[in-house]
Amino acid sequence: MIAAIAKKGTKATLLIRDARLFDPARGLDRRGDVLIEKGRISSLAPAGKDKAAGQLVEAGGGLLLPGFVDLHTHLRTPGREDEEDIASGTAAAAAGGYVSICAMPNTDPVVDNASILSSLIETAETEAHVKVAFLGAISRGQAGIHLSDMWDMAAAGAVAFSDDGRPVADGGLLRSAFQAAALVGLPLSLHCEDVDLAGRGVMNEGEASARLGLAGIPAAAETAALGRDLEIAAYEGGRVHIAHVSCSRSLELIAAARRAGVQATCEVTPHHLLLTENDVATGLDANFKMNPPLRTEEDRRALVAALAGGAIDCIASDHAPHAGQEKEAPFEEAPFGVVGLETAFPVLYTGLVETGAAPLEKLVLAMSTSPARVFGLPAPAIAEGEEANLCLVDVNEEFEIDPDGFRGKSRNTPFTGRRVKGRVLLTIAGGRVAYNKEGF
Amino acid sequence: MNRHLLSINDISREEIESVLATARKDFLGLPQRNIKKVPTLRGRTIIDLFYENSTRTSTSFELAGKRLSADVINVKSGSSAAGKGESLKDTVLTLSAYRPDIIVVRHPHVGAPAFISRFTEAHVINAGDGKGEHPTQCLLDIFSLMQVYRSLKGLKVAIVGDIFHSRVARSNLLGFQKMGMKVTLIAPPALLPRGVEALGAEVSHSLDDLAGADVIYLLRLQTERHQDANFMPSLREYIDRYCVGRRHVRRGQRVLHPGPINRGVEIESELVDSDGNMILQQVEAGLAVRMAVLYRIIVDNAVPAAPAELKEGGRKIKAARRTLNRELQKTS
Repeated sequence: MIAAIAKKGTKATLLIRDARLFDPARGLDRRGDVLIEKGRISSLAPAGKDKAAGQLVEAGGGLLLPGFVDLHTHLRTPGREDEEDIASGTAAAAAGGYVSICAMPNTDPVVDNASILSSLIETAETEAHVKVAFLGAISRGQAGIHLSDMWDMAAAGAVAFSDDGRPVADGGLLRSAFQAAALVGLPLSLHCEDVDLAGRGVMNEGEASARLGLAGIPAAAETAALGRDLEIAAYEGGRVHIAHVSCSRSLELIAAARRAGVQATCEVTPHHLLLTENDVATGLDANFKMNPPLRTEEDRRALVAALAGGAIDCIASDHAPHAGQEKEAPFEEAPFGVVGLETAFPVLYTGLVETGAAPLEKLVLAMSTSPARVFGLPAPAIAEGEEANLCLVDVNEEFEIDPDGFRGKSRNTPFTGRRVKGRVLLTIAGGRVAYNKEGF
Repeated sequence: MNRHLLSINDISREEIESVLATARKDFLGLPQRNIKKVPTLRGRTIIDLFYENSTRTSTSFELAGKRLSADVINVKSGSSAAGKGESLKDTVLTLSAYRPDIIVVRHPHVGAPAFISRFTEAHVINAGDGKGEHPTQCLLDIFSLMQVYRSLKGLKVAIVGDIFHSRVARSNLLGFQKMGMKVTLIAPPALLPRGVEALGAEVSHSLDDLAGADVIYLLRLQTERHQDANFMPSLREYIDRYCVGRRHVRRGQRVLHPGPINRGVEIESELVDSDGNMILQQVEAGLAVRMAVLYRIIVDNAVPAAPAELKEGGRKIKAARRTLNRELQKTS
């Protein structure tokens, strides 16, 4: 595994004074200072104690967290650099408190061989603001026929394989993919969707779609494929990560598979934790169109409960930038996908932690330590000797989400105008200051 | 030997040693003589029935039969009645009407030789049935190893390559273990048959495990059987990880390959041309071993199960042995 980060700029030397140091994986929750020297955490001293340092950051009791890790980002590079590129996507990530992101391979051309993967890593090394790891495609051109150059890509640094966006329809190919992935010890990240069941659907199939007259995507399109994929994983003993789980039945299938010994992990997106099919109905805004679609309130509650209970391993953004003109279209015409890196923490903090639906501890674990473990990335930690991969968050001041302030190139968020708390003030990724809020 | 040789399991360890002793004593030296022929199977008829392409196995069986002075008839699928829609059963019934003593059969489907044996009085020798078995290849490999090792017991052999599609791997896994050898199969997961560990083999996915082997047994990729399935990401990646070259082979390790060889795929060209390998010795052994098999399958079964005109039994067999020995002395 190779996570690339730009080597320009200097390793940070600074003192973060009087923060709430919160790292649930280490059982850490206390007020204190963090001294960072040349990009590494050199000391966690009690709050208030003065130290000589290059730069002083007065945290004023702000929340200092292990930096976030995203397993599901679409950087749109190569091919659609008008929507996002490595520089803009990682700037967006940094602004959202992320220190590592994993880029999906459904680009144009598809990342299905080592030369494309290596050139992306090389580009990231000069352009990226946070660490970037890359997934390789499962099939050549994501066409679902021949395996991609999985072994070459593993050697070149791929962290996992996925045909995200083009689910693997052929069970025989999926089996071969598990066998090939096992050889190099990497997981498959699966977008579970029976495309025939999904048909031409544009939103969840149910009451809302009936009322609106829109073609629906049944939850069974996800669960039928998921059930098959878990069975194949069980048979092959493969490591499988289920991308963007959207409905309660999927949680049952994953739990059952785990009880049977399948090495399965899963992720959920912020929008599936916070929004439902009813939000689609409100304005038929294409910024509420994504795949899998927003489901029912019952599904949403089940996802939140699973996050709070630890059954869901991680939160992934499924950051999917689209050009403004593409989303400014009738709902049925617009492409699937929403951006999420810059809004994930504040919307989740406000929607889940402030409301008491899920503890802060689970939110932080699911956004940092757990996803890092799923793909075998170094887990960010607030501990002496560790490379500084941190973010500082203000959980007191309320603000409004305004896409015009996004660092990313696209604006297609469903959270425009939402009043939230949990603004990211500072992100240190790979020992370098990747983001600090203006005026902070 | 049993009436038929369909599987390496049809022949015990003691019988293997006895048949291979016949090959060594009676037939191995024959090609070095001016007259490369003995009259042992004079008057006997052998039909080589090949439903699959073959170079070394068909040549070797044909030559073995001819050097034993049998009448050898080659029936190849392309030019046979099978091409005209005749069933395997009917082809065998037809050929059996000529009263052949032995039918040597190669067929793309597992179990075809056993099927054939139900419809003929002849001895049936399996010369390769699909992904099933190839017992004479196994015998000649054991023979080749016995030429260089005093005892095979405890010898470690690594079989590398397309195990999944290989009848040779299957026969050799069984046969080598029968001789007391320890077998490790090395291949990517998709090229190993599911559950093969139950047959007693160690399984590995890395050429690093060649280090512990005394014998390296290489198999070609049977791409003609891969069709649309994905047994590997790409051929190039397979070669990167599984092509065995001189750097993988240390002094004292022996390299075997049943052929056909695909240079640069499962074996680097340099290794083919280097001294460490026994590939041509295997071919040479193949002829002697197949002569021994053809001879012994008739002789050993002569008393209880010979065709009607040979029912005089042991007397004639002894006579045949005497004749053979005389001929051997004459020609040497």
